[in-house]
Amino acid sequence: MSSSLAGVQDNTIEDPTTRPTLVLGQNDFASVTDKVCRIAERGGATRAWKIAFTASVATTLMLFGMIVYLISTGVGVWGNNNPVGWAWPIVNFVFWVGIGHAGTLISAILYLFRQRWRTSINRFAEAMTIFAVICALVFPGIHVGRPWLAWWLFPLPYPQNMWPNFRSPLLWDVFAVGTYFTVSLLFWYVGLIPDIATIRDRATTKIRRVLYGFFALGWRGSHRHWHRYEVAYMILAALATPLVLSVHSVVSFDFATSQLPGWHTTIFPPYFVAGAIFSGFAMVLTLMIPCRTIFGMQDLVTMRHLENMCRILLATGMMVGYAYSIEFFIAWYSGNPYEGFTFLNRAFGPYAWAYWIMVSCNVVAPQFFWFKKIRTTPWMMVVVAIFVNIGMWFERFVITVTSLSRDFLPSSWAYFKPTTIDILTFTGSFGLFFSLFLLFCRFLPVVAISEVKAVMPQAHPHHHDDHQAHAEEARA
Amino acid sequence: MSETRTFGIVAEYGDVDSVMAAARRIRDAGYRRWDVHTPFPVHGMDDAMGVRPTILPWITLGAGLSGLGLSILLQWWTNAHDYAFLISGKPLFSLPANIPVAFESTILFAAVTTFLLVFVLNGLPRFYHPLFRMAKFKKATDDRFFVAIEARDEKFDPGATRKLLESTGAASVEICEEPLDGQVLPGWVKFVGVLGITLAMIPLVVAYRARNAKTDTPRLHLVGDMDFQPKYKTQAASPLFADGRAMRPQVDGTIARGELRENQHLELGTVDGNFADGFPVAVTRELMERGRNRFDIYCSVCHGYGGQGDGPVALRAKELGEGAFVAPTDLTDDYVKKQPAGQIYATIRNGIRTMPSYAAQIPVADRWAIVLYLRALQRHSDASIADVPLEKREEIK
Repeated sequence: MSSSLAGVQDNTIEDPTTRPTLVLGQNDFASVTDKVCRIAERGGATRAWKIAFTASVATTLMLFGMIVYLISTGVGVWGNNNPVGWAWPIVNFVFWVGIGHAGTLISAILYLFRQRWRTSINRFAEAMTIFAVICALVFPGIHVGRPWLAWWLFPLPYPQNMWPNFRSPLLWDVFAVGTYFTVSLLFWYVGLIPDIATIRDRATTKIRRVLYGFFALGWRGSHRHWHRYEVAYMILAALATPLVLSVHSVVSFDFATSQLPGWHTTIFPPYFVAGAIFSGFAMVLTLMIPCRTIFGMQDLVTMRHLENMCRILLATGMMVGYAYSIEFFIAWYSGNPYEGFTFLNRAFGPYAWAYWIMVSCNVVAPQFFWFKKIRTTPWMMVVVAIFVNIGMWFERFVITVTSLSRDFLPSSWAYFKPTTIDILTFTGSFGLFFSLFLLFCRFLPVVAISEVKAVMPQAHPHHHDDHQAHAEEARA
Repeated sequence: MSETRTFGIVAEYGDVDSVMAAARRIRDAGYRRWDVHTPFPVHGMDDAMGVRPTILPWITLGAGLSGLGLSILLQWWTNAHDYAFLISGKPLFSLPANIPVAFESTILFAAVTTFLLVFVLNGLPRFYHPLFRMAKFKKATDDRFFVAIEARDEKFDPGATRKLLESTGAASVEICEEPLDGQVLPGWVKFVGVLGITLAMIPLVVAYRARNAKTDTPRLHLVGDMDFQPKYKTQAASPLFADGRAMRPQVDGTIARGELRENQHLELGTVDGNFADGFPVAVTRELMERGRNRFDIYCSVCHGYGGQGDGPVALRAKELGEGAFVAPTDLTDDYVKKQPAGQIYATIRNGIRTMPSYAAQIPVADRWAIVLYLRALQRHSDASIADVPLEKREEIK
């Protein structure tokens, strides 16, 4: 069991003849358990956590205050007005839903592709997904005008005998985002169960034993259970893969099925999906790099993991850049003067500043990842990732606001200005996101313990000849 | 300490290889009720234990297909059948528009079913298990591997089974006991459970009653924002003005836009308060053609192209047997023929009986054009061959 892993500590070197190690340092199963569980078992919260959590909760309370003010007063407290009726609320919705795509992508798509490096980061990314989708759902919920009637969105029988319109992309959104949230939550929870059981078995206080015991559902690591569990996990991954691609496609239908120049384009679904993965990975990097240092998980979330994510960021960044240029090409090639105007107006009109922020953050910033130095220096990655986060918010802003502000009737053209309430509501959503995230870091295993163990060399039978010999000897 | 019986024999291993080898030996020895407990799924263990493939994927497939079918049924029933929802003339039921919801429902049904199946097929949640009584077993979720052979197995024999496990290189072999009376739920847990279920039923019962009971009191309206709007409606009272009315009369000495009526004959069709005969505009061929054009657009729908009250609306009402329908007037009837032109003009302008005013749709000049054309239709309705010029008579015979 005491197999030594003291090999090369730099696992970013590409050598096709050997499998790269995904867990560094002198780690065995017990030390992995210990490293991850200790984070959730600390007696009192650390000072840094308390400060961060207090700030996040205060920001969340501000969000709730803004929502109460909005509902009691009306949507007029926002900058939304003709012709820009879909302004920040939709921008924020698409921004958060986009971020929520990385988690399921890492969990599901990388799982199906047997990308074993996903195991150290998937739990983290899935949690981020769920919290981002919660933040996303807030915005359409409060944007409907009379939120207490938001249940009309669901096909429920009620005395007026009316049903939702199933041919509307806004209703498709309800189903797509609702399904996405549900499936992501189930996927996350299924993955958590064996690890919650680990914490339960290490629990020293009764309250921890009861609470973790409740959520572990009596998991006892039976292989007959593992057998079905693995099949189920793979099926969930296989279901979540098309789902994750469909969700942002459906979100893009909100725009693409309308007839507004700049929205009515067939490139929207793939373009939105690429952008979602791009923004999601950027957010994972932004959160993971500080956490990895704070929680001392450098052995589990290794430089190779971070470098792989940087590569994905570079690839998806170029996809997004390609989409930007193709939009221009099609606007010219279609010969449609309105389409052409919309795009020239985006780049050189009153919102040019937003457009060029978007291009420089989303297309130029990831290009730095061509340099290995930047791909392997954590603080540089964080800087690039934060730029990408900013750029992706502006992408949604450019799409939503520039097209609407120049609609078919030039007399109604207007320049959109957000109000303070708009800004505070969006800021408040970050508070909600970070509050949930900090709670997750404090009470749940931030790395999928059982999955990491399964990709360690010791987990594979016959990895050591001397080991085999030892077993034979013992048997004899 | 209550009485116990043997649950089974548990062997502990320190690494994957030895537990795998042990599993093969136990499988080959023909045991059935036994299990391996590992902190992570060990690949190759299915074969080593002889675990057969699970039925789970097939149930998931069935659930997904049910989701697909049910969601298409739901969309058809709600939008095309129960409440036909016609939007921009699109078909009531068209598969392409239903694909997104059908797809999402397929995934949702399949995923939720898979999630539930992991627990149902595995017999979870099961918060109590005899193995949890062993202190060592806590390591099963950390770094140790266990093999447990249950006493219920037909081949179980306290001595032989123990010997077999010892021979597999186990780090330790122990007997696991379970209490005879089993573990029972504490009373308060049951109480809270029953109370919770009962309380959860209350809203359902209230909703069911509300939907099926009749009452004179208006519905409870929690948010009445649309019912009470801060504005004055027609004929409403207002404390703002001395006369207490919200509507304001016309200011003395002013004329509203478009209400000057300088030429009464032209605007109202009257002269000195009586309907005027004759036209206040020049009667020309162009006016006649304009009249035909406007008549065909605005009037023929009810009155028919010949003005005889047989337009498509009238025919359709007759076909449906609409008893309450007032048939359009036959404009070639003597009753209309005798009316002065000004009266026909006034009818178009003001409406009559069930016919609404057309003042908003038809401007003044066009109204007179229609009156002129109508005069021609009336003339035509009782024309004889003598009215046709000699050279044209051959053509219409």
